[in-house]
Amino acid sequence: MKIVAICGAGIGTSAILKVNAERVLDRLDIEADVTASDVASVQTTAADAQVILTSPELVDAIGATNADVVVIENYFDLSELEAKLEAALG
Amino acid sequence: MPLPPLPESAIALAARASDWREAVEFAGTALERSGATTHSYTARMVEMIDEFGAYIVIAPGLALAHARPGPDVLADGLSVVTLAEPVSFGHPHNDPVGVVIGLAVATPDEHVTSVAELANIFNDPGAIPALAGAATVADVQRIMSAGKEGTDR
Repeated sequence: MKIVAICGAGIGTSAILKVNAERVLDRLDIEADVTASDVASVQTTAADAQVILTSPELVDAIGATNADVVVIENYFDLSELEAKLEAALG
Repeated sequence: MPLPPLPESAIALAARASDWREAVEFAGTALERSGATTHSYTARMVEMIDEFGAYIVIAPGLALAHARPGPDVLADGLSVVTLAEPVSFGHPHNDPVGVVIGLAVATPDEHVTSVAELANIFNDPGAIPALAGAATVADVQRIMSAGKEGTDR
């Protein structure tokens, strides 16, 4: 299972998504590798990913992908993350 | 890797910004004042939003202004600006923004781990309203030190 968290620079907000996604996956008892990346390299880093986590603002920039694109509104709301990850992975 | 220091010079309370651009510039100016960055970093934080949109508004009322590491980052730095009147960034869900955090780090690896520390502070849903309503610099510093009590370090 591979999950990629995407932001504009690949070093800022994606890190928050990554750490909170890891917390939720731990709670759900799901084994997954979560990496932080940027929109410019998403086609490479997410080529074999099942899920892409990102902001509503960046969905268009990601373009065509085989992964499920999961849009997170509040990066600090673990229950939103949990519900959306569970729906995407279940 | 803990969060960068948050000196008094990097905090501005009840700033009056006319739009998101000015709000981000306040966060950049606070970083400059603390000695963490030069003015070009402030300009690059604004450019990130021009290029990618309001994705830095990561929770209701909160923007995390930042840019990639570069020569205009003199030292790791953190700033906090609260706005007298919240402004719109153009985010579909999280506007208006009343608190802008500025973040600068010298290397990408540090950036990822420092930012992760912010999760320890803001996973508490009371943290953003508490910051927005902070009356003193000491209040802001106390709220922003909550991450140090986190367990994921």
